[in-house]
Amino acid sequence: MENKETYWSENLRLIFICLAIWFVVSFGLGLLLVEPLNAIRLGGYKLGFWFAQQGSIYSFLALIFWYGAKMNKLDKKYHAEG
Amino acid sequence: MEELKLYTYIAVFGTFAVYFGIAWWARAGSTSDFYVAGGGITPMQNGMAIGADWMSAASFISMAGLIAFLGYGGSVFLMGWTGGYVLLAMLLAPYMRKHGKFTVPEFISDRYYSKGARIVAVVCLIIASLTYIIGQMKGVGVAFSRFLEVEYDNGLYIGMFVVWVYAVMGGMKGITYTQIAQYVVMIFAYTIPAVFISLQLTGNPIPQLGLGSTLADGSGVYLLDKLDMVVTDLGFKEYTTANLGGTLNMFAYTMSLMIGTAGLPHVIMRFFTVPSVQAARQSAGYALVFIGLLYTVAPAVGAMARLNLMNTIEPAAGQNLEYSERPQWFKDWEKTGLLKYEDKNGDGKIQYTADKATNEMVKVDRDIMVLANPAIANLPNWVIALVAAGGLAAALSTAAGLLLAISSSISHDLMKGVLTPDLSEKNELLAGRVVMTIAIIVSGYLGLNPPGFAAGTVALAFGLAASSIFPALMMGIFSRKMSGTAAIAGMCSGIGITMLYVFQHKGIMFIPGTSFLGGMEPNWFMGISPNAFGAVGALVNFGVAFAVLKVTGPAPAHIQDMVDNMRLPGKTSAAHAH
Repeated sequence: MENKETYWSENLRLIFICLAIWFVVSFGLGLLLVEPLNAIRLGGYKLGFWFAQQGSIYSFLALIFWYGAKMNKLDKKYHAEG
Repeated sequence: MEELKLYTYIAVFGTFAVYFGIAWWARAGSTSDFYVAGGGITPMQNGMAIGADWMSAASFISMAGLIAFLGYGGSVFLMGWTGGYVLLAMLLAPYMRKHGKFTVPEFISDRYYSKGARIVAVVCLIIASLTYIIGQMKGVGVAFSRFLEVEYDNGLYIGMFVVWVYAVMGGMKGITYTQIAQYVVMIFAYTIPAVFISLQLTGNPIPQLGLGSTLADGSGVYLLDKLDMVVTDLGFKEYTTANLGGTLNMFAYTMSLMIGTAGLPHVIMRFFTVPSVQAARQSAGYALVFIGLLYTVAPAVGAMARLNLMNTIEPAAGQNLEYSERPQWFKDWEKTGLLKYEDKNGDGKIQYTADKATNEMVKVDRDIMVLANPAIANLPNWVIALVAAGGLAAALSTAAGLLLAISSSISHDLMKGVLTPDLSEKNELLAGRVVMTIAIIVSGYLGLNPPGFAAGTVALAFGLAASSIFPALMMGIFSRKMSGTAAIAGMCSGIGITMLYVFQHKGIMFIPGTSFLGGMEPNWFMGISPNAFGAVGALVNFGVAFAVLKVTGPAPAHIQDMVDNMRLPGKTSAAHAH
């Protein structure tokens, strides 16, 4: 495949975006920023606590499916589906 | 009581009959597709099987109990054990599927062009998996001791026997389909009681929403606020903010569990069973859907169990429960030795406080919480019976998956791959069974002296996988130049430093009395607990590998071409052995 370099760098870019979000929702909002976020309420949940015990998991799910869909498009674009 | 026993027997033996039936049916259909089920499993089926394989006694029995007592600190398990799937889907699974081998050491031996690397990978795999099984054995022991009303030790022996029969006889070929059935049993057993309890306490049947709702008693107080109030009144840390050994420790703990998840061989193996690279990515997503279903319910189970327990012992402030009027579940768990009461002030009532001097609940094993939960909430007997069946399904499916990973790594990678390449298929299978038997005996022995709660012990296994296997795999895919020598040096130093740290605090192979620095917090490096040390071990692994690479030079050109090929989805061949 001629464009394998571009294919790989586009893949790396996607991975970088996803992992940045992955880090922010779990380590960022659920851990490092938990105290200031806990001042905000989501119903009975303190927001930081919610991210640590619920929100991060929903975000992980969205990330994996989004990445999978994006990669399927990329595979098609470069005629690389298996 | 008689009714409960009857239901429990029906639920447990009924589900066991289904598993054995499926194992027998799937086995009768095929004799050859032992390792990867022919590469023809759909992503959704594979996701469910990963879910069952993954969600062990630690997830099912132990995790909600830990959360119940740790509060916010328990979040490390929730984030850690789900976040790893993001890493798997993006960093490992698609490329390893593309390469098309079916054990992790086999991949490492190809990529690092060395038998030495394969042996190191096998050793790392065995250490991590064995530690993991100890945690399962603890869970199996707890479940059987309660279900058969025997002491924990005897429950463990019975559990060892059942796991042996299951893994050695039935758990071989039909394992994927059996695990799908076990997932279904497990998820019903987990969510049904949670729905009931959420409805009871908050009027909202969805536990994830119930946890954030107001109590149904008309007070208008939020459930979590009430729980915070109840526990702080008795001197415990506030539920929603209780930290687990500081922010740095929680950070390292979560990271360890995440990268450990992505490095556990019995999970990675599952991605070799799907037909394509695209399906491997999708499998990770479905796996997390099925896992997330349980993991988002668990915090609700934990918080509600804690509240119910507190309310049972002290229905209103200062009005403590008379010991003579304790409920049936209390008596049942006392029989197992996992719940103990001592009337310190001689008033015949139960005081449960954070102060060791006045606390009369001298032992409340956290691992009993999920199993006791439906009884504490006065749910119907069939629900309690269902939970017993679910707990056993969780422990058995994971133990079987791990035993398969251990036995394949010894019989396939070590014996067939390195020591005796002319081993016949029949003898390879026999060796696998013998290895399984030894592994069960060793883990059973260690399960009699577990180093901690099931989920805590399991966490150690993740640290070991995180510090050895994950970095080697990731560098193998993302660094074309990474060489065999450098990867071996990295794996050895990563797992070496993690084991040294764990054993010096927890005892050599967790045998009590052999720890030489003591499990004391003051001796912890920067306040990081042994369970959380895998993240540090992984950093050491990466660091050493790149340093050695600088000195010894890059991998040969044909290996770099192989890595290039791995990165492109292109044509995938079915997973094969040699």
